Amino acid sequence: MKYTDYYAALGVERGASAAEIKKSYRRLAQKYHPDVSKEPEAEARFKEIAEAYQTLKDPEKRAAYDALGQRPQGEEFRPSPDWERQHAGGDGQFAFEDVDFADLFSRFGARGGQTRRNGQMPGQDFEVPVEISIEDAFNGTTLELQLSMPEYDENGRVKRVPHPVKARIAPGAVDGQRLRLPGKGGQGFNGGRAGDLYLDISLKPHRLYRATGHDLYVDLPLAPWEAALGASVEVPTPAGAVNLKVRAGTSSGQKLRLGGRGLPRARGGAGDLFAVAQIVVPAELSGRERELYEQLKGASGDGLRKHFAEGA
Amino acid sequence: MTTDAEVLWLDEHRVVSLAEMVEVSGLTQEELLELARGGAIPVLEMRGAICTFSAQVISVARTACRLRDELELDMAGLGVALRLLDRVRVLEEEIARLRALLPRD
Repeated sequence: MKYTDYYAALGVERGASAAEIKKSYRRLAQKYHPDVSKEPEAEARFKEIAEAYQTLKDPEKRAAYDALGQRPQGEEFRPSPDWERQHAGGDGQFAFEDVDFADLFSRFGARGGQTRRNGQMPGQDFEVPVEISIEDAFNGTTLELQLSMPEYDENGRVKRVPHPVKARIAPGAVDGQRLRLPGKGGQGFNGGRAGDLYLDISLKPHRLYRATGHDLYVDLPLAPWEAALGASVEVPTPAGAVNLKVRAGTSSGQKLRLGGRGLPRARGGAGDLFAVAQIVVPAELSGRERELYEQLKGASGDGLRKHFAEGA
Repeated sequence: MTTDAEVLWLDEHRVVSLAEMVEVSGLTQEELLELARGGAIPVLEMRGAICTFSAQVISVARTACRLRDELELDMAGLGVALRLLDRVRVLEEEIARLRALLPRD
């Protein structure tokens, strides 16, 4: 396993007092807590800080950690049989294979006191962010997650094991939807119930659609004459293209609503799809086009900005 | 072995009892009731001993539990933090809605 320098993670000296460790943790936790922080990498940083604090705030765990000695961050190592006998209550035979450094001290919680040793402990809940496509949100999908979770043996020793989970997501999930998979979190200890797995759904950016809740927005490029004269145009929707009648006199930015053509709702019905008109002017004009635009200019005049003068 | 998992949607259609909320959130019953009475955790119904929530609120309650444990917030701090986080959520949703109206570059 790879050594993690918990003192460095909290920015304190190895001889720091409990009060100094707590003060540093609080300062860093306020900065990096993923529920409140917008710092880049906040979640990973907070995980390091919380892991370090969980160990260093507990005198028994801190003593066990210190007994591992000071090593360079990330150095590969294996605790000695003496360390296991003295600090983990083992027989010195444990191989520490597939053990994550983060889990090394968590078993102190499972085995620490006599009352807890004989008692049940529920498994840990896990929250996993999952990105799905708009097509998956529309049609439903089956997620096959390859997770890794800590598992206790009969002596309370912990190791990481593969934890595959398959979950059928019905149509209707949108950004921010949360799903609970009871019993699919970490294994309980000594007969305790398994934890739950929570999936936090977000939608991947799409080349055409922008989703907000169950509604979808799509840019609808229109030629100037289509916007002025009206037209029937084909608009893509997740269920397939539909014809949309664009009224004469449509302006850029106008939303044209296609009711019920957005993402389905889990309990029936669907959001709307809005085609947002964008009048696209040709970047280059042919001679004939220029001639026609000049004629249009003569016929239309320049009354669009009359209010500028009125407001002066 | 991979087995199909039961999937519960944490949405407005599922009603959660106080006991279930205590089990899944990690908050105590007293903490939940205090946050609910203060309006930081919305309730569907609170009448005598009966208190129910929308399943959407589970994530709010779990956030409260994390903030309590990891930032060592007291109940007053939790109440303020949850209200501010809710305001941020509403504003972020509004920004996302307005961004959806903007044409792609």
